[in-house]
Amino acid sequence: MSKPILEVKDFSVDFWVEGAWYPAATNMNFKLHPGEVLAIVGESGSGKSTTALGLMDLLASNARRSGQVLVQGVDMINAKSATLRKFRGKEVAYIFQEPMTALNPVYTIGFQIVETLRNHFDMSPKQARDRAIELIAMVEIPNPEQSFDKYPHQLSGGQRQRTMIAQALACDPGLLVADEPTTALDVTIQAEILDLMRNLKERLNSAILLITHDMGVVADMADEILVMKDGLTVEHGTADQIFNRPSHPYTQELLAAVPKLGSSRKRVLKASHDAQPVLKMRDVTIEYPKRGRIPAFTAVKNFSLDIFPGEIVGLVGESGSGKTTVGRAAIGLLPIKSGSLEIVGKDISKASQKELFTIRRHTGIVFQDPASSLNPRLPIGESIGEPIFLAKIAKGNELNKKVEDLLEQVELPRSYRNRFPHELSGGQRQRVGIARALALTPDLLIADEPTSALDVSVQARFLDLLLELQDKLKFACLFISHDLAVVDILAHRIAVMQNGLLVEEGERDDILKRAKDPYTQRLIAAVPVPDPAEQKKRREARLASKQ
Amino acid sequence: MKLFKRKKVATLTERGENAISVKEVEGLSQGQIVLRRFLRHRAAVFSMTYLISVILFVFSAVDSRLGPIKLNGWWKYTNEDMPDLRYGEDCGDGAIGCPTLSLIPKFLGGNGMGLGEHPFGQDDIGRDYFALVMLGAQRSIQVMLVIGILAGIIGTVIGALAGYYRGTVDNVLMRFTDFIITIPVVIIGAVIGARVGNLGAIFLAVFLGLFVWTGLARLVRGDFLSLREREFVDAARVAGASTRRIIFKHILPNAIGVIVVAVTLLLSSAILLETALSYLGFGVVPPDVSLGLLINEYQDSFTTRPWLFWYPGFFIVSIALSVNFIGDGLRDAFDPRQRRRITRRDRMRAKRVNRTVA
Repeated sequence: MSKPILEVKDFSVDFWVEGAWYPAATNMNFKLHPGEVLAIVGESGSGKSTTALGLMDLLASNARRSGQVLVQGVDMINAKSATLRKFRGKEVAYIFQEPMTALNPVYTIGFQIVETLRNHFDMSPKQARDRAIELIAMVEIPNPEQSFDKYPHQLSGGQRQRTMIAQALACDPGLLVADEPTTALDVTIQAEILDLMRNLKERLNSAILLITHDMGVVADMADEILVMKDGLTVEHGTADQIFNRPSHPYTQELLAAVPKLGSSRKRVLKASHDAQPVLKMRDVTIEYPKRGRIPAFTAVKNFSLDIFPGEIVGLVGESGSGKTTVGRAAIGLLPIKSGSLEIVGKDISKASQKELFTIRRHTGIVFQDPASSLNPRLPIGESIGEPIFLAKIAKGNELNKKVEDLLEQVELPRSYRNRFPHELSGGQRQRVGIARALALTPDLLIADEPTSALDVSVQARFLDLLLELQDKLKFACLFISHDLAVVDILAHRIAVMQNGLLVEEGERDDILKRAKDPYTQRLIAAVPVPDPAEQKKRREARLASKQ
Repeated sequence: MKLFKRKKVATLTERGENAISVKEVEGLSQGQIVLRRFLRHRAAVFSMTYLISVILFVFSAVDSRLGPIKLNGWWKYTNEDMPDLRYGEDCGDGAIGCPTLSLIPKFLGGNGMGLGEHPFGQDDIGRDYFALVMLGAQRSIQVMLVIGILAGIIGTVIGALAGYYRGTVDNVLMRFTDFIITIPVVIIGAVIGARVGNLGAIFLAVFLGLFVWTGLARLVRGDFLSLREREFVDAARVAGASTRRIIFKHILPNAIGVIVVAVTLLLSSAILLETALSYLGFGVVPPDVSLGLLINEYQDSFTTRPWLFWYPGFFIVSIALSVNFIGDGLRDAFDPRQRRRITRRDRMRAKRVNRTVA
C-alpha cells in the first residue's frame, strides 16, 4: 500500500474558556491514503469541524493542539507558520460550507483562483490565467472564458461551490478537506457537486477528508467513516461496516434517526375532506412589489391548495421555489395580489387590520431559524405568553401557569420560563417556537422548515413531538420543507412547488411512489439515502442517463 | 405510534454548535453579559469612576441647583466673592493671582500638599478661579447631559420610525435629516447664541440638542431596517402585537446597544461643541460661566498666567476623554462578536492548568 498522505496520532484540541481547558476533540487517530475518502460524521458540537481546521492550525487563538499530525511525513503541530503556509492550499486545500462567505465578493472568481496559483507557483499572469480557465472548465462551469471575469454574486449557489472546488484544486493538493461542502445546497445540486468531487478525486488521485452530518452524503462518498460524539471517536470503520453492521449504540441511533424516504410506517391517514377547509387558497398570486429600479417579482403564481381540519400537508420545493412565501401569505404576513385566501371561512385578503387580528388567533407559525425567531431580550416565558396576553385571555399568575403548561406540553422543564433564548440549544428553541405557536390552540399551524437547522437526532425528536401534539390537538398543519424524507414521515398530502408554480399535489403515497411530474421524480431521485449500495446504484443510473 | 423508542433517543444529548463558547455566558441574561464585558474593559471602568467622581466633586464644590433642590457648596468662595488679589512676593515673577495648589510633598522638595487660599489662582479682579472653574464645569456638564438626552430621544424616535415604516415615511424623515445635516452646527449655535444667549445655558443646550441628533437617527434607522426582518418580529405580529408594541417592546430593546453607544459619543462631542461656541462668544454669556467662556476670557494672558488655561482645559479634555472611553467600552460590551482577549496572564495560567474539565 502506498504511503499515507495524512497521518493523525493522538490528536487533541482544547479551548481555553473562562479559566479552564475544554476539550473539543480528544485522541483522534486516523490515516488517509491517496484516492481515499474518509468521512467524519457527528452532530453539531461533536468536534468534527474543529478536528478538520485543527489539522492546519486554522483555529481561534484560544485553542491548543497536541499529538501528532503528519502531512506527507511532515509534522504540522510544531511547524513554523511559514511551513504551514506553504502546506496550506498547496498540499492541503479546504472547501467550506458557505461559498458566498468563503469567496471574496469584490474580486472576480478568476482573480481569486489566479491569486492562489501565483502564491504557490512561479507563474506569469498569462500562464496563471490559462490554468485558471482550465480549472474552471474542469469543475464544469459553463463558458469558462466568460466566467473567469464574473463576480461571486453573479453565480448560482452550485456554481459558487464549484468555484471553491476549482480554487481548492488549483495546486493539485494531495489532500482535500471538505467541511460540509453541500449543506447549503439543494438536493439536485448536491448530487451534482458530489459527482464532481468523486470524478476529480479519481482523476487527480487525491485524498478527501469529508466533514458532514448528512448520512446520505456519507453513503455516497466515503470509503471509511469515523463517527464522533462530544469530541471522542465513537466508531471507526469502512463504510460497509458502519452502515450495515454498526457496533456502537450511538452509531446505531444516529442511523436510526435519519428519516428514510418510503419507509414510514402505516399511519391512519384519513382526514375527512367533507368539512370546510381550514385554509382555502384559490389562484393566489403573490408579488414582491418593485423597489426603486428592481422590478416587481412574482414569487407565487396561481396557487391553489386546500387544507382540511386535522390534516398535515407537506409543501416541498427547492430554495427559491416560493414555498416560504406561500406559508407567510397564509397567515397574512404578506399581502396577496390576486386570487382568494380563506382561513376558517374568512377571507384574509380583504380583511382590515382589526379583522386580521381575530383571524390570526386561529393560526400559529413555527419559523425556520431558531436563532432569529425568539426575541433575544425577552425570557422565553414572555415570548410564549405574548399571544395569550395580547388576546387578553390571561395575565399575571394565570398567564405564568399557562406558559408552564405549554412548556410541559413541548417537553421542556417548567423552570425554563425565565431562561433566555441564548441559553437554549437549537432544538430547545424550536420547541419554544412550537409552544408559542400553539399558545392559542390554533386551527392552522404553519411550520416553515422548522427542522432544517437541527441535527438528525434532534429533528427526529422534534418530529415525534409535533406528531404527538397534532394527534392530541387535531390542528391542521402546512409543513414546509425541502426534505422529502421528513415530509414523508408527517404529511397526509404533499404539494410540490417549482419556480412559484404548483407542480403536483396529491396523497402522500401517490406523490412519493407514483409521481407523474418529471420535476418531482428528479427531486425524489436526488435525495441521498444512507445506504452505500443504493447510492451506487443510483449513481450508475444517473451516469447512464447522461450518456 | 412513535418514530422510534423515546428512551433510546434520550441518550442522544443535545449539544449546541457553539457549546464550548457558550460556557462563558451560562445562566446570564443579556444585560448581565453586557455588564460583564463592560467591566472587563479597564479603561472604560476607570473612566466611569473618574467621571462620576468629577461630577460629584464639581457639583458639591460650589452652590448648584437642580430644579427646586439647592446644594450648598463646601468651598469658601463663590464666583461672586472678590477677595484681595495676591501679588508680589507671594507669586514671584511679578504675576498676579497665582495658584496656591501644591501637589508635591515637602520631603520631595515641594511646599507640601494642600489647597491653599486659592488653589487655581485668581482672575484679574480677584475672583477665586477654583470657584469659577467648578461653576463652569457644572454648566458644561449640564449642557452636555441636556444635549445628549434630547438628541438621544429625537434621534431614536426619528430613526425608529423611518426604519420601521420604510417607504414614504422613511423618505420624508431621512430627507429632513439630510437637510439638518447640511446646516453647520457651529453656525446654528452662533445664530442661536447671538439671539437667545442671554436666556441661559440650558436654553442653549435645548436648541443645540435639536440639531445634533442626525447621526444617531441614521444609525438607529439602519438597525431597525435589519431588525424588523427578523423572525421574532413576525412572530410578534402573528401573536397580535400592535405596531407600537412591536417597536417599543420587541425592536427597541434589541437596538439599545447602538443607541447607548451613539449617545455616549454624542455626549463627548456635545461638551466640545459647547466649549467651542462659548469660546467663540456665542455660547454661554457672562455673568454665567462655562469652561469655554473661561478660556475665551483669559486668552490674552496665556503667556503670563498660563494656569488660567490649564484648569478649564484639563476639565474639558478629561471629561471628553473619559466619556469617549466609556463609549468605547460600551461598544465592545454590546458587540456580540467581541470575544475576550487572551492576555499573557491567561496564557501563563493556561499552561499550568492541564485539562481540568472532562
